[in-house]
Amino acid sequence: MASMFTRVLSGRNTAVIMAGLGAGTLVSSYIMTQESGVTAGEKIKLYPPSADYPDLRKHNNCMASALTPAIYGQLRDKLTPNNWSLDQCIQTGVDNPGHPFIKTVGMVAGDEESYEVFAEIFNPVIKDRHNGYDPTTMKHPTDLDSSKITSGMFDENYVLSSRVRTGRSIRGLSLPPACTRAERREVERVTVQALSGLKDDLAGKYYSLTEMTEQEQQQLIDDHFLFDKPVSPLLTCAGMARDWPDARGIWHNNEKTFLIWINEEDHTRVISMEKGGNMKRVFERFCRGLKEVERLIQERGWEFMWNEHLGYILTCPSNLGTGLRAGVHVRLPLLSKDSRFNKILDNLRLQKRGTGGVDTAAVGDTFDISNLDRLGKSEVELVQCVVDGVNYLIDCEKKLEKGQDITIPSPVAQFRK
Amino acid sequence: MKFFQWDEWTANSSQWERFSCTIKQTLHHDLVLENRQTPQRVHTPTGKIGIFVSSQSSSSSSTPQPTKTAVMPFGNSHNQLKMKNTSEQEYPDLSKHNNHMAKVLTPALYENLRSKQTPSGFTLDDVIQTGVDNPGHPFIMTVGCVAGDEETYEVFKELLDPVIQDRHGGYKPTDKHKTDLNPANLKGGDDLDANYVLSSRVRTGRSIRGFCLPPHCSRGERRAVETLSVEALGALTGDLKGKYYALKNMTEAEQQQLIDDHFLFDKPVSPLLLASGMARDWPDARGIWHNDNKTFLVWVNEEDHLRVISMQKGGNMKEVFTRFCTGLTKIEELFKNKGHAFMWNEHLGYVLTCPSNLGTGLRAGVHVKLPNLSKYRQFEEILKRLRLQKRGTGGVDTAAVGGTFDISNADRLGFSEVELVQMVVDGVKLLIEMEKRLEKGQAIEDLMPAQK
Repeated sequence: MASMFTRVLSGRNTAVIMAGLGAGTLVSSYIMTQESGVTAGEKIKLYPPSADYPDLRKHNNCMASALTPAIYGQLRDKLTPNNWSLDQCIQTGVDNPGHPFIKTVGMVAGDEESYEVFAEIFNPVIKDRHNGYDPTTMKHPTDLDSSKITSGMFDENYVLSSRVRTGRSIRGLSLPPACTRAERREVERVTVQALSGLKDDLAGKYYSLTEMTEQEQQQLIDDHFLFDKPVSPLLTCAGMARDWPDARGIWHNNEKTFLIWINEEDHTRVISMEKGGNMKRVFERFCRGLKEVERLIQERGWEFMWNEHLGYILTCPSNLGTGLRAGVHVRLPLLSKDSRFNKILDNLRLQKRGTGGVDTAAVGDTFDISNLDRLGKSEVELVQCVVDGVNYLIDCEKKLEKGQDITIPSPVAQFRK
Repeated sequence: MKFFQWDEWTANSSQWERFSCTIKQTLHHDLVLENRQTPQRVHTPTGKIGIFVSSQSSSSSSTPQPTKTAVMPFGNSHNQLKMKNTSEQEYPDLSKHNNHMAKVLTPALYENLRSKQTPSGFTLDDVIQTGVDNPGHPFIMTVGCVAGDEETYEVFKELLDPVIQDRHGGYKPTDKHKTDLNPANLKGGDDLDANYVLSSRVRTGRSIRGFCLPPHCSRGERRAVETLSVEALGALTGDLKGKYYALKNMTEAEQQQLIDDHFLFDKPVSPLLLASGMARDWPDARGIWHNDNKTFLVWVNEEDHLRVISMQKGGNMKEVFTRFCTGLTKIEELFKNKGHAFMWNEHLGYVLTCPSNLGTGLRAGVHVKLPNLSKYRQFEEILKRLRLQKRGTGGVDTAAVGGTFDISNADRLGFSEVELVQMVVDGVKLLIEMEKRLEKGQAIEDLMPAQK
């Protein structure tokens, strides 16, 4: 008996065969049972975890790397207090095998408790994705004091725009993959109510996706503010596009420099942006705005999901910690053609994307350059990292313009000791 | 025959874990578990419920709270959670919707049904999710709801009966559906003009009683359906003998051949299907079986448990239908020998995932060239009177290419299989006659049919 199970649990390949066998033998046993109306409770016993274990042989995502049959067996029948299950967390990773070069995360949380109840799978996934960060032993620093940023003004001959984004979840309400319509509407209500309390340069207006006029919609598209129903199967398979566009909307301040998405991939996505290279000001507004919103929701007895190991809790494990992506659109015509470009970015802990955002290609020589990391370093540290990194890249570009040589910088340290 | 005992498996799996981990890992694992904080629900001064995770690591006093056990390993399992909110708070916004579900689901009905679920845990929101996510089209009325198991049609009959009535031409909850799979009852149908009719095809679906349907089934259930189906189909003989191709094990060569034969089905892309959850875990436990002659084909675990297709080039619909009936009857017998029946009852006929396919689930059709008739101003009206439907040759939601149409029966429920195929045979004969007349520049008003 022990050897059979060792075989089962030692490899996914054999597990799949066993799953097939398991199903086959139970089918024969079905003759004994009644033909219709098998209750859920009875089904649980008929389909042991081995029969339900997903076929992950062709998969390349963090979930598939970490989900052994043993872990699946232990977690399959557990539920969070909101009745969210493991299968629901991993569905997106099962449905999207991934790409040989790009390792996606492959799972989402349905609520704050998911990270706890399913810690046995979330922790290795978090470790994989966040450079070895161990939620069981390490603490994540939160620092939203923008005054600490130095050299935060870029050369505007190169930097076209600066942007900082993050997400925030409202504690006590389920996350987008799991939320009911009423919960989603509650997130909208709580957030919009808080935002209406913002003043001065942060004062603004909410545009609900369901009630938007044609004109408002066009304006938001022109401003590059409008988000659309997700089409990426990574998101739709996780269930976050249900009931679209119910309770989704966009809030932005009158100056169009502070923007909040409601109920897209997370409860809220908070974005501070402006044309030009004044990253310090962008980050200052970001921190101020975030703290104001937090104060306003706390006045009514709500708060953000946060804990000292995982930082701010968001739907995708890749966004834990700060959930922060600080980036610029920067022209680097010479550097981008240099064979050392990618290595330089790697060492600076930076990532390049096309100017259309994630999964787009660069247009011309303009790149979206942002921080790679999210968890294990504070907001200030990450923004400073982007500031220092982009300044270095611009320096390289200028050197290349003058025909001078550039050097690859030494790698930036990973986690704070 | 022994099957997996759940308790044995868990006991042994945790044993194995302890053996195979290094001592260091095991100790770390246990230590960490004991010290992990547990979320506690507390009430804030304003009465809102919040969750606080204690920041100091407590020692032995806080044992991990037991997590609740799952009812089902999949699906919309948090229905009880929704009951905490009012019906009004949960009711979907259907103001821009045009589908059968949206027409029927009033707030009052939502309130009545939302606390219910089928024995396997399928809830009202599961039924309607696809209709909420897909508002529909001003001209095309989609159904907007699906079943997760056989009991869905019973538990949610207050919603599904009016939807069925609306979709199936006034079919009442008290009506009885007749099943007739005797091809001898079909008159003619063996001589549709092959100059016009390029191919003939009959398809239906079957669901295996006792298993959940594609929107709701777990991977284990889907695999069980596949295993059972492959066993049953493997026992077919004579001109029905054939082979199974699992989607995930297919070779490049096999895949190309199936594409060339127009047999291969792909992962659904239609949001109508995706939103209902039937594409989960693709391509696990999906596959295609076909006979060596390539005239009888079964899809496993696509939109339904089984889709059964009989087809061939040319206009001999009678032969196609005969093979269809023979094959279906044999398959049903093979399943019965293993102790399984198809889902069927005398009110709804064969039970399938989409209410639009209830009854016979049958679509009998031809690819037919009607370049002149299709431009005739009363083409739509003729089809309507003949109870026929046109599609493009790519199937549902495609456009016709070069005057060649897919013409099939519009009905599924309330008529028997023989009656529906008869309508197609008679109707297509008439359409071809009209086409021939129009070719010669002759009038066709005298051929206009009465409403069937």
